[in-house]
Amino acid sequence: MTTHDEMARLLAMGRIGRRDLIKGAAALGAVGAAERVLGRSAMAATPNKGGALKVAIGAGSTTDTLDPATFTDSYMQSVGFGGMRNCLTEIDNTGKLVGELAESWDASPDAKTWTFKIRKGVTFHNGKSLTAEDVIDSINHHRGEDSKSPAKPLLAPITSLKADGDNVVLTLEAGNADLPYLLSDYHIGIMPSSGDGKVDWKSGAGTGGYIIKAFEPGVRSFLERNPNYWKQGRAHFDSVEILSIIDVAARTNALTTGEVHLMDRCDLKTVHLLKRNRDVEIYDVTGTQHYTFPMLTNQAPFDNNDLRLALKYSVNREEMVQKILRGHGKVGNDTPIAPATSFYAELEQRAYDPDKAKFHLKKAGAEGLTIDLSAADAAFAGAVDAAVLYKEHAAKAGITVNVIREPNDGYWSNVWMKKGWSACYWGGRPTADWMFSTAYEAGVAWNDTYWEHEKFNKLLVAARVELDEAKRTDMYREMQTIVRDEGGVVVPMFANYVGASSTKLAHDKLAGNWDMDGHKAVERWWFA
Amino acid sequence: MGAILSMVAQRLALGLLTLFVVSLIIFLSVEMLPGDITQAILGQGATPETVAAFRRELGLDVPAHLRYIAWLGDIVQGDLGRSLASKREITELIAVRLWNTLFLAGLAAAIAVPLAVALGILAALFRNGWFDRGINLVTLSSISFPEFFIAYALIFLFAVQWGWFPSIVNVTPDTPFWERVYRCILPAVTLTLVTTAHMMRMTRAAIINLMASPYIEMARLKGLTRSRIILMHALPNALSPIINVIAINLAYLVVGVVLVEVVFVYPGLGQLMVDSVSKRDIPVVQAACLIFACTYILLNLLADILSIISNPRLLHPR
Repeated sequence: MTTHDEMARLLAMGRIGRRDLIKGAAALGAVGAAERVLGRSAMAATPNKGGALKVAIGAGSTTDTLDPATFTDSYMQSVGFGGMRNCLTEIDNTGKLVGELAESWDASPDAKTWTFKIRKGVTFHNGKSLTAEDVIDSINHHRGEDSKSPAKPLLAPITSLKADGDNVVLTLEAGNADLPYLLSDYHIGIMPSSGDGKVDWKSGAGTGGYIIKAFEPGVRSFLERNPNYWKQGRAHFDSVEILSIIDVAARTNALTTGEVHLMDRCDLKTVHLLKRNRDVEIYDVTGTQHYTFPMLTNQAPFDNNDLRLALKYSVNREEMVQKILRGHGKVGNDTPIAPATSFYAELEQRAYDPDKAKFHLKKAGAEGLTIDLSAADAAFAGAVDAAVLYKEHAAKAGITVNVIREPNDGYWSNVWMKKGWSACYWGGRPTADWMFSTAYEAGVAWNDTYWEHEKFNKLLVAARVELDEAKRTDMYREMQTIVRDEGGVVVPMFANYVGASSTKLAHDKLAGNWDMDGHKAVERWWFA
Repeated sequence: MGAILSMVAQRLALGLLTLFVVSLIIFLSVEMLPGDITQAILGQGATPETVAAFRRELGLDVPAHLRYIAWLGDIVQGDLGRSLASKREITELIAVRLWNTLFLAGLAAAIAVPLAVALGILAALFRNGWFDRGINLVTLSSISFPEFFIAYALIFLFAVQWGWFPSIVNVTPDTPFWERVYRCILPAVTLTLVTTAHMMRMTRAAIINLMASPYIEMARLKGLTRSRIILMHALPNALSPIINVIAINLAYLVVGVVLVEVVFVYPGLGQLMVDSVSKRDIPVVQAACLIFACTYILLNLLADILSIISNPRLLHPR
């Protein structure tokens, strides 16, 4: 293990404090490593202003537009969400929810009626002042019959949306304590109203830290600092140029030759070589993205929880992270809730235990089990390899796993949620409720295990309207335990966000809710 | 001269017919691809509701043949339409990309054509000598490698190792001319390396072919030098096949350089088209294909005209 990894691990475990780390590092002559672990904030406490940042993103397309309802990938997320616009709320780099264009908010005790106080003195890039009307029209932009926005289902429970002076009052058909989280979604950026209930997205005017000056879809965007930005201590660069470079080799070349300062999505096969470059710093952040093996719990033999447990005990998660993710990930614990998700509970880690697997197999009366596992690389990069690895691990528990390689084309419509046991990936959601109600609540469209657990579903509905944080935390802890022990999904690993930047750049602790520091790198980073 | 004009008119008419057939084929093949633009754009967020709303908005609920006829009607009036995805005017979308593509093709041609013809003449002059063999070896090797390999090799040497040229071509419409030339050098050299062999070999072969003709023998008997024979007597008669090969290579430089564009992140027409195909943005694909088809038709026409002008026997048929 390198000095850097060792220090990061100690710091993460709370074994050493930041001060010790710096002291220790000085003694070891490893100041660089300490800087990297601490994201340099300990060394350069106050961010510098200025400089022209160039970023290479491995996404983007000529079909991109400035309409946030069409944002799909990390390119427009960085440009539109990270640079041009603000939302009502923001998930900060520590995973905490803070107000952005909403100064504060209040909910009725049943979490049905929400009042958001809109920040005063904020102006759009076109000079217009921010009003409640802008907020209402920006939210309505995603609602209505003709909306094609992916945020539409999130906002569907809203029954009324009214201005009350400087406040916006939202009424929901059923309570939801996570509403402020939902409003931090990258689609729901606030745009100036054009006065007739519509918004002006074409001009790109927002309230964000950067003003868009040139937008060539699929090629580049050029943004200049907003001199009147309301947020203090953010948006440090004079200008930001964001290039779309899909080819990972071209992206890496651009970084190593100094054409760009920051890139996302390193090639995991060669990132250890890139690490040797002294001018490059790799970031490796555990986010919410996870790879899963869902089982159809409404079908034999997966309707038996002991059989499911046997399968959960018969996979070596560490080896999977090492071999499939080449170490750039974290072992999963059979729940979809990542450390970066709100209400993550640190439960006891399930380990690879062939004996326990045999025990549960016997209890299920399925000794000498032979079972099919369908996989294709469409599910996630390396899914077929992961399935083969699973087969090797399960063999030690006396389970014969038949790996079936499925075609990539039509995987999501013909295999996933159709075959008994398959491979799948989830991008993850920032809150536990959001994740659970997307894929674990009984009867929802993406419940890919057809899992129906009475107690879990009751808790889910109750926790959604519970405004007492401590009680809610307990409820989500219990739900995660239920999913881990009785759910229909094997979650062997969380895949990291791995990117690279020039050592000229500095940043604070990185957010884990999205890649690229929560897509806010352009707002949060600075030149050291 | 009248013969040329009537040929040009005839060719242009045939070209229009070709364009029509091309557009029909493109429309049908994109139509046949699984999925449509609404699913491609919405991705995971594609619920039946949002897809239906999007289709209504784009007018994709209209049957395909009606959409094609409407599009054809607009094209005849010179209106390329709007992109389905971004709703931008396609002329505006394509203009910048087309200029980029033509610039790179022009730069590559400006290096490759004189180089190839000169090398071809020299190779013919020193036929079977060490120069001839050496230049054949080099150009044939470079054409045998895939172009992305050559591109990566050049990037490794000139951008990563020595840092002389940028590894990606980041140009905007405001980039000054010489700055643009400098930034485009590596892709232009890549294209030069993959096109030179073809043109060089054709020049050499055409000249050598003529060297066996009686009039060349006559010239030799008159005591002319070898270089004078090749330049003044053989080359003018060899122009016709050379021009045709150059035309084919120029067309390739315009339409066939997607891989080079990807490696150097060059914002050309090829990338626009690949993007549009993957997003099923039919009007943009159609427009790009029409431009590519036009390039082929016009360059071939130009090659034929130049061949005729360079050949008195064709210029003044009996």
